Amino acid sequence: MNDRFNLYKFASPATFYPLAGTLIPYFWALSAIFGLAGLYIGMLVAPTDFQQGEGYRIIFIHVPASWLSMFIYLIMAFWAAIGLAFNTRLSGMMAQALAPTGALMAFLSLWTGALWGKPMWGTWWVWDARLTSELILLFLYIGYMALTAAIDDARRADKAGGLLLLVGVVNIPIIYFSVKWWNTLHQGSSVNLTKSSMAETMLWGMLLMAMCFWMYSIAVAFMRVRTIMLERERNTDWVKAELEGGGK
Amino acid sequence: MIYWNSFSDFLHMGGYGLYVWGSFGVTALIMLVEPIIVARQQKAVRVRLKRQIRAESRGTE
Repeated sequence: MNDRFNLYKFASPATFYPLAGTLIPYFWALSAIFGLAGLYIGMLVAPTDFQQGEGYRIIFIHVPASWLSMFIYLIMAFWAAIGLAFNTRLSGMMAQALAPTGALMAFLSLWTGALWGKPMWGTWWVWDARLTSELILLFLYIGYMALTAAIDDARRADKAGGLLLLVGVVNIPIIYFSVKWWNTLHQGSSVNLTKSSMAETMLWGMLLMAMCFWMYSIAVAFMRVRTIMLERERNTDWVKAELEGGGK
Repeated sequence: MIYWNSFSDFLHMGGYGLYVWGSFGVTALIMLVEPIIVARQQKAVRVRLKRQIRAESRGTE
Protein backbone atom coordinates (compact mmCIF):
# COMPACT_ATOMS: atom_id res chain seq x y z
CA MET A 1 0.00 0.00 0.00
CA ASN A 2 2.68 2.44 0.98
CA ASP A 3 4.78 1.93 -2.09
CA ARG A 4 2.04 3.40 -4.22
CA PHE A 5 3.65 5.46 -6.93
CA ASN A 6 2.40 9.03 -6.88
CA LEU A 7 2.72 10.68 -10.22
CA TYR A 8 1.12 13.84 -8.87
CA LYS A 9 2.66 14.60 -5.54
CA PHE A 10 0.07 17.26 -4.84
CA ALA A 11 -2.68 14.69 -5.26
CA SER A 12 -1.26 12.67 -2.40
CA PRO A 13 -3.25 13.13 0.83
CA ALA A 14 -0.06 12.65 2.84
CA THR A 15 1.36 15.80 1.23
CA PHE A 16 -1.85 17.76 1.10
CA TYR A 17 -2.93 17.14 4.70
CA PRO A 18 -0.15 19.16 6.39
CA LEU A 19 -0.22 21.78 3.63
CA ALA A 20 -3.95 22.39 4.18
CA GLY A 21 -3.37 22.50 7.93
CA THR A 22 -0.76 25.23 7.50
CA LEU A 23 -2.93 27.27 5.14
CA ILE A 24 -6.23 27.15 7.08
CA PRO A 25 -5.37 29.94 9.58
CA TYR A 26 -4.33 32.25 6.72
CA PHE A 27 -7.62 31.70 4.94
CA TRP A 28 -9.51 32.43 8.17
CA ALA A 29 -7.51 35.62 8.63
CA LEU A 30 -8.13 36.72 5.04
CA SER A 31 -11.82 35.92 5.37
CA ALA A 32 -12.06 38.04 8.53
CA ILE A 33 -10.16 40.97 7.01
CA PHE A 34 -12.21 40.97 3.80
CA GLY A 35 -15.40 40.50 5.81
CA LEU A 36 -14.74 43.40 8.17
CA ALA A 37 -13.74 45.68 5.29
CA GLY A 38 -16.75 44.61 3.24
CA LEU A 39 -19.19 45.09 6.13
CA TYR A 40 -17.68 48.47 6.94
CA ILE A 41 -18.04 49.71 3.38
CA GLY A 42 -21.35 47.98 2.66
CA MET A 43 -23.17 48.62 5.91
CA LEU A 44 -21.65 51.86 7.18
CA VAL A 45 -20.23 53.85 4.28
CA ALA A 46 -22.24 52.96 1.17
CA PRO A 47 -25.12 55.36 0.46
CA THR A 48 -28.71 54.29 0.12
CA ASP A 49 -30.13 53.00 -3.15
CA PHE A 50 -32.45 55.45 -4.86
CA GLN A 51 -34.90 52.71 -5.85
CA GLN A 52 -34.73 50.17 -3.06
CA GLY A 53 -33.82 52.25 -0.02
CA GLU A 54 -31.80 50.45 2.62
CA GLY A 55 -33.30 47.10 1.63
CA TYR A 56 -30.73 46.80 -1.13
CA ARG A 57 -28.01 46.13 1.49
CA ILE A 58 -29.00 42.47 1.38
CA ILE A 59 -27.00 42.45 -1.86
CA PHE A 60 -23.77 42.35 0.17
CA ILE A 61 -24.49 38.77 1.19
CA HIS A 62 -27.00 37.68 -1.43
CA VAL A 63 -24.67 38.10 -4.40
CA PRO A 64 -21.55 36.59 -2.74
CA ALA A 65 -23.58 33.58 -1.52
CA SER A 66 -25.09 33.10 -4.98
CA TRP A 67 -21.72 33.40 -6.73
CA LEU A 68 -20.13 30.94 -4.34
CA SER A 69 -23.02 28.49 -4.65
CA MET A 70 -22.36 28.33 -8.39
CA PHE A 71 -18.59 28.54 -8.17
CA ILE A 72 -18.26 25.77 -5.57
CA TYR A 73 -20.38 23.54 -7.76
CA LEU A 74 -18.08 24.19 -10.73
CA ILE A 75 -15.03 23.34 -8.60
CA MET A 76 -16.72 20.12 -7.45
CA ALA A 77 -17.54 19.23 -11.07
CA PHE A 78 -13.91 19.95 -11.99
CA TRP A 79 -12.68 17.57 -9.28
CA ALA A 80 -15.27 15.02 -10.38
CA ALA A 81 -13.95 15.17 -13.95
CA ILE A 82 -10.34 14.80 -12.75
CA GLY A 83 -11.35 11.93 -10.50
CA LEU A 84 -13.23 10.07 -13.22
CA ALA A 85 -10.49 10.65 -15.80
CA PHE A 86 -7.36 9.96 -13.73
CA ASN A 87 -8.74 8.02 -10.77
CA THR A 88 -6.95 10.29 -8.31
CA ARG A 89 -7.67 9.79 -4.63
CA LEU A 90 -7.76 13.42 -3.63
CA SER A 91 -10.44 14.55 -6.10
CA GLY A 92 -13.34 12.69 -4.53
CA MET A 93 -12.34 13.91 -1.09
CA MET A 94 -12.22 17.50 -2.34
CA ALA A 95 -15.67 17.24 -3.90
CA GLN A 96 -17.13 15.77 -0.72
CA ALA A 97 -15.49 18.42 1.44
CA LEU A 98 -16.97 21.23 -0.64
CA ALA A 99 -20.52 19.89 -0.92
CA PRO A 100 -21.98 20.96 2.47
CA THR A 101 -20.52 24.46 2.14
CA GLY A 102 -21.90 24.74 -1.39
CA ALA A 103 -25.30 23.62 -0.16
CA LEU A 104 -25.23 26.23 2.60
CA MET A 105 -24.31 28.93 0.08
CA ALA A 106 -27.23 27.88 -2.13
CA PHE A 107 -29.50 27.95 0.92
CA LEU A 108 -28.25 31.41 1.90
CA SER A 109 -28.77 32.63 -1.64
CA LEU A 110 -32.40 31.48 -1.50
CA TRP A 111 -32.94 32.69 2.07
CA THR A 112 -31.55 36.18 1.51
CA GLY A 113 -33.32 36.27 -1.84
CA ALA A 114 -36.65 35.54 -0.18
CA LEU A 115 -36.03 38.25 2.42
CA TRP A 116 -35.17 40.64 -0.38
CA GLY A 117 -38.04 39.59 -2.61
CA LYS A 118 -40.71 40.12 0.03
CA PRO A 119 -40.29 43.90 0.41
CA MET A 120 -39.29 44.55 -3.21
CA TRP A 121 -41.58 42.22 -5.20
CA GLY A 122 -44.21 41.60 -2.54
CA THR A 123 -43.55 37.87 -2.42
CA TRP A 124 -41.09 35.51 -0.74
CA TRP A 125 -40.97 33.18 -3.69
CA VAL A 126 -41.95 32.91 -7.33
CA TRP A 127 -41.44 29.95 -9.63
CA ASP A 128 -39.38 31.88 -12.12
CA ALA A 129 -36.30 30.71 -13.98
CA ARG A 130 -33.61 32.23 -11.73
CA LEU A 131 -35.14 31.14 -8.43
CA THR A 132 -36.16 27.70 -9.62
CA SER A 133 -32.76 26.88 -11.12
CA GLU A 134 -31.05 28.00 -7.89
CA LEU A 135 -33.41 25.72 -5.94
CA ILE A 136 -32.44 22.87 -8.27
CA LEU A 137 -28.79 23.66 -7.45
CA LEU A 138 -29.56 23.22 -3.75
CA PHE A 139 -31.22 19.89 -4.53
CA LEU A 140 -28.19 18.83 -6.60
CA TYR A 141 -25.93 19.48 -3.59
CA ILE A 142 -28.27 17.56 -1.29
CA GLY A 143 -28.62 14.76 -3.85
CA TYR A 144 -24.84 14.49 -4.18
CA MET A 145 -24.38 14.31 -0.42
CA ALA A 146 -27.15 11.73 -0.02
CA LEU A 147 -25.81 9.61 -2.87
CA THR A 148 -22.19 9.55 -1.68
CA ALA A 149 -23.33 8.91 1.91
CA ALA A 150 -25.47 5.97 0.79
CA ILE A 151 -22.59 4.09 -0.89
CA ASP A 152 -20.23 2.44 1.58
CA ASP A 153 -17.24 2.02 -0.69
CA ALA A 154 -15.60 5.44 -0.88
CA ARG A 155 -14.18 5.06 -4.39
CA ARG A 156 -17.51 3.90 -5.81
CA ALA A 157 -19.29 6.71 -3.97
CA ASP A 158 -16.88 9.15 -5.62
CA LYS A 159 -17.60 7.74 -9.06
CA ALA A 160 -21.38 7.81 -8.68
CA GLY A 161 -21.30 11.26 -7.09
CA GLY A 162 -18.92 12.48 -9.78
CA LEU A 163 -21.32 11.43 -12.53
CA LEU A 164 -24.16 13.25 -10.79
CA LEU A 165 -22.01 16.37 -10.51
CA LEU A 166 -21.05 16.29 -14.19
CA VAL A 167 -24.64 15.81 -15.35
CA GLY A 168 -25.85 18.57 -13.02
CA VAL A 169 -23.27 21.08 -14.22
CA VAL A 170 -25.64 21.98 -17.07
CA ASN A 171 -27.70 23.79 -14.44
CA ILE A 172 -24.97 26.38 -13.79
CA PRO A 173 -25.19 28.26 -17.12
CA ILE A 174 -28.97 28.00 -16.81
CA ILE A 175 -28.83 29.84 -13.48
CA TYR A 176 -26.34 32.38 -14.75
CA PHE A 177 -28.09 33.24 -18.00
CA SER A 178 -31.66 32.71 -16.76
CA VAL A 179 -32.20 36.44 -16.34
CA LYS A 180 -31.30 36.94 -20.00
CA TRP A 181 -33.02 33.92 -21.52
CA TRP A 182 -36.36 34.25 -19.81
CA ASN A 183 -38.64 36.97 -18.64
CA THR A 184 -38.11 36.98 -14.94
CA LEU A 185 -38.87 39.01 -11.88
CA HIS A 186 -35.24 38.78 -10.87
CA GLN A 187 -33.13 41.75 -11.86
CA GLY A 188 -30.26 41.33 -14.32
CA SER A 189 -26.70 41.06 -13.14
CA SER A 190 -25.38 44.14 -11.39
CA VAL A 191 -21.80 43.50 -12.37
CA ASN A 192 -20.17 42.37 -15.57
CA LEU A 193 -16.70 42.62 -17.00
CA THR A 194 -17.13 45.83 -18.95
CA LYS A 195 -19.46 47.97 -16.91
CA SER A 196 -21.25 47.98 -13.64
CA SER A 197 -24.62 49.46 -12.87
CA MET A 198 -23.65 50.08 -9.24
CA ALA A 199 -22.14 52.96 -7.34
CA GLU A 200 -18.46 52.43 -6.70
CA THR A 201 -18.68 52.01 -2.92
CA MET A 202 -21.49 49.47 -3.33
CA LEU A 203 -19.44 47.53 -5.85
CA TRP A 204 -16.41 47.50 -3.56
CA GLY A 205 -18.49 46.36 -0.61
CA MET A 206 -19.89 43.52 -2.67
CA LEU A 207 -16.53 42.40 -4.06
CA LEU A 208 -14.95 42.45 -0.60
CA MET A 209 -17.80 40.38 0.79
CA ALA A 210 -17.42 37.96 -2.12
CA MET A 211 -13.72 37.57 -1.23
CA CYS A 212 -14.71 37.01 2.41
CA PHE A 213 -17.14 34.24 1.42
CA TRP A 214 -14.57 32.76 -0.90
CA MET A 215 -11.83 32.59 1.73
CA TYR A 216 -14.36 31.24 4.24
CA SER A 217 -15.34 28.45 1.84
CA ILE A 218 -11.72 27.46 1.26
CA ALA A 219 -10.96 27.45 5.00
CA VAL A 220 -13.95 25.35 5.97
CA ALA A 221 -13.52 22.97 3.01
CA PHE A 222 -9.86 22.44 3.95
CA MET A 223 -10.91 21.65 7.50
CA ARG A 224 -13.44 19.16 6.22
CA VAL A 225 -11.12 17.56 3.67
CA ARG A 226 -8.57 16.88 6.43
CA THR A 227 -11.20 14.96 8.41
CA ILE A 228 -12.17 12.98 5.31
CA MET A 229 -8.51 12.21 4.63
CA LEU A 230 -7.91 10.83 8.11
CA GLU A 231 -10.99 8.67 7.88
CA ARG A 232 -10.33 7.29 4.41
CA GLU A 233 -6.60 6.77 4.82
CA ARG A 234 -6.80 5.41 8.35
CA ASN A 235 -4.87 2.27 7.39
CA THR A 236 -1.87 4.12 6.03
CA ASP A 237 1.33 4.86 7.88
CA TRP A 238 1.06 8.60 7.45
CA VAL A 239 -2.28 8.75 9.27
CA LYS A 240 -0.92 6.59 12.09
CA ALA A 241 2.12 8.83 12.37
CA GLU A 242 -0.09 11.91 12.24
CA LEU A 243 -2.38 10.67 15.01
CA GLU A 244 0.43 9.46 17.24
CA GLY A 245 2.39 12.63 16.67
CA GLY A 246 -0.54 14.46 18.20
CA GLY A 247 -0.34 17.32 15.71
CA LYS A 248 -3.35 19.53 15.36
CA MET B 1 -17.67 58.95 5.96
CA ILE B 2 -20.23 57.00 7.97
CA TYR B 3 -23.58 57.15 6.26
CA TRP B 4 -25.80 56.76 9.34
CA ASN B 5 -26.83 59.53 11.71
CA SER B 6 -27.55 57.31 14.69
CA PHE B 7 -27.34 53.72 15.79
CA SER B 8 -31.13 53.37 15.81
CA ASP B 9 -31.20 54.55 12.19
CA PHE B 10 -28.70 51.83 11.45
CA LEU B 11 -30.84 49.18 13.15
CA HIS B 12 -34.01 50.44 11.53
CA MET B 13 -32.51 50.21 8.00
CA GLY B 14 -35.07 52.62 6.61
CA GLY B 15 -37.90 50.26 7.50
CA TYR B 16 -36.18 47.20 6.05
CA GLY B 17 -34.59 46.15 9.33
CA LEU B 18 -36.39 42.82 9.58
CA TYR B 19 -35.32 41.80 6.06
CA VAL B 20 -31.77 43.09 6.22
CA TRP B 21 -30.99 41.74 9.69
CA GLY B 22 -32.87 38.54 8.98
CA SER B 23 -30.50 37.99 6.06
CA PHE B 24 -27.32 38.99 7.88
CA GLY B 25 -28.29 37.17 11.07
CA VAL B 26 -28.91 33.79 9.45
CA THR B 27 -25.76 34.15 7.33
CA ALA B 28 -23.65 34.97 10.40
CA LEU B 29 -25.18 32.08 12.32
CA ILE B 30 -24.41 29.60 9.55
CA MET B 31 -20.86 30.91 9.10
CA LEU B 32 -20.25 30.55 12.84
CA VAL B 33 -21.88 27.16 13.32
CA GLU B 34 -20.50 25.38 10.24
CA PRO B 35 -16.81 25.68 11.23
CA ILE B 36 -17.65 24.66 14.81
CA ILE B 37 -19.41 21.51 13.59
CA VAL B 38 -16.54 20.69 11.22
CA ALA B 39 -13.94 21.19 13.97
CA ARG B 40 -15.90 18.94 16.32
CA GLN B 41 -16.18 16.25 13.66
CA GLN B 42 -12.43 16.43 13.12
CA LYS B 43 -11.84 16.02 16.84
CA ALA B 44 -14.27 13.10 17.12
CA VAL B 45 -12.69 11.32 14.14
CA ARG B 46 -9.19 11.76 15.61
CA VAL B 47 -10.29 10.32 18.94
CA ARG B 48 -12.04 7.37 17.33
CA LEU B 49 -9.15 6.55 14.97
CA LYS B 50 -6.59 6.81 17.78
CA ARG B 51 -8.63 4.36 19.82
CA GLN B 52 -8.88 1.99 16.85
CA ILE B 53 -5.15 2.12 16.19
CA ARG B 54 -4.40 1.43 19.84
CA ALA B 55 -6.86 -1.51 19.87
CA GLU B 56 -5.31 -2.94 16.71
CA SER B 57 -1.73 -2.69 17.96
CA ARG B 58 -2.77 -4.40 21.19
CA GLY B 59 -4.33 -7.18 19.12
CA THR B 60 -1.14 -7.88 17.19
CA GLU B 61 1.27 -7.81 20.10
